[in-house]
Amino acid sequence: MKNKMRVLWLSAIACNGNTHSFLNYPFLEQFLDDFEFIYHPVIDSHYTLEDIVSKEIPCDILLIEGAISKEFQRADVSVVDIIEKYSKIVQKIVTVGTCATFGGIFRESGYSETSGLHFDQDKPSERFHDLLDKTISVSGCPVHPEVLVNTLYAIKKSAALKLDNFLRPKEFYAYTIHNGCTRNEYFEYKVDNHQFGELEGCMFYDHGCQAPFTHGSCNKILWNEVNSKTRAGLSCMGCTEPTFPKQNLFSTKKNMAIPENLPVGVGKRVYLTLAGISKAFKIDRLEKKLFDD
Amino acid sequence: MLDRKKLKKEQIMQSALELFASKGFYSTTIPDIALSLKMSVGNMYNYFKSKDILAREIIKYISVYLGKKLREINEEDIPTKEKTRKIIEVYFKTASLKPEMIDYFLRIYLSNREVFKDGCEGMICVNEFVTEIMIYFEEGVKCGDLREQDFFSAFGLFMGYLGGMVFLKGENILPKDLDGYVDDIAFNIYKALSTE
Repeated sequence: MKNKMRVLWLSAIACNGNTHSFLNYPFLEQFLDDFEFIYHPVIDSHYTLEDIVSKEIPCDILLIEGAISKEFQRADVSVVDIIEKYSKIVQKIVTVGTCATFGGIFRESGYSETSGLHFDQDKPSERFHDLLDKTISVSGCPVHPEVLVNTLYAIKKSAALKLDNFLRPKEFYAYTIHNGCTRNEYFEYKVDNHQFGELEGCMFYDHGCQAPFTHGSCNKILWNEVNSKTRAGLSCMGCTEPTFPKQNLFSTKKNMAIPENLPVGVGKRVYLTLAGISKAFKIDRLEKKLFDD
Repeated sequence: MLDRKKLKKEQIMQSALELFASKGFYSTTIPDIALSLKMSVGNMYNYFKSKDILAREIIKYISVYLGKKLREINEEDIPTKEKTRKIIEVYFKTASLKPEMIDYFLRIYLSNREVFKDGCEGMICVNEFVTEIMIYFEEGVKCGDLREQDFFSAFGLFMGYLGGMVFLKGENILPKDLDGYVDDIAFNIYKALSTE
């Protein structure tokens, strides 16, 4: 019998989007050969939720999905109490998705003091301060299954993951979504005449694309191994960031023509200078349809 | 050495600006400019290979000059209303002290696009100046002083107005000095752009 890592998947205030995203992992059988869920909301496991809350089942990794509030219960026990109990015995805690990391959309739920495990949006929260050293965050709405699985394998192999200020592995979150976007030429030459679902045009200038200031690997590790939002013709919604979800996701907030959010680390004068130069030239190839029948 | 070359280039541009203003752009030749600086024509070409190149360098020089002044205003921690007034003051002051600069912008740069078509596409050669105007608008909107609107509607209103006044002054039509209009123009522009 192989020595599998024991994992508890705890759903807090969640839509279970990360659970479903995880089921799309293409090598799930192999994963389940190396890891064992002591409890998972939809995958068969040895223990019931009642067992989990009433007993202390040996466990190596605690995965938390969903936003956290003292008021929210699973099997009549507060998720905060469940987290406190298992956090003491596990090697690592992983906040799976944006709600567990920053609070996400469920900050708007009716439960009091709802937030992520260590962050309320971008503000550090004190509640689980003693668990900071144990935690890795994999944000996203949902998280990419490969990002989650690779993080778990890194834990299993005791590989030291470098983390950013929100405890996210830099391996996946040091990049922006813009990195690897197939529309980069349109961004470079400021061609913004985009129509949703079409292949041509950059969506940053008018259509609300947040890729240049959102951290993640969507255009490096593709979804379902084939695509990403921006490749398919939909703007990045910034789902890995503490600010998610913003409002008016399909329009770029501008102040008199200048986007309110600029690419990470790019100053306003630099941006305007580059944009001014790009805008001065018309690149015919980029104004046309890619497949002109 | 580099600084001396830069200084010499600036002297040439300044002389050229004055000659363009007095003799006209097309009537002024490179030998005329060389003569005004007591330079040989051959030496002039060490600095500027052609009159068109000189023309483009001059517009960039003016843009950098005005852009620097506007940037100082933009970086001041003052309400947008005050910034508006200061920008108008700087523009008019430049038009009074260095009339050849604004004159060049209005009468040569804007009116002889064929000279500037290669190398000064769009707003490339006036980038420093336009960037600061954009930042003035953007920060005004962000802090709630100015109304969000199309950039060019606002830009045209602001710069068209100032350019028009300087043009009228140049034609000796205005009864007062430009300074005498700052109050009214600042009031009008701010009223047109503000959220008030």
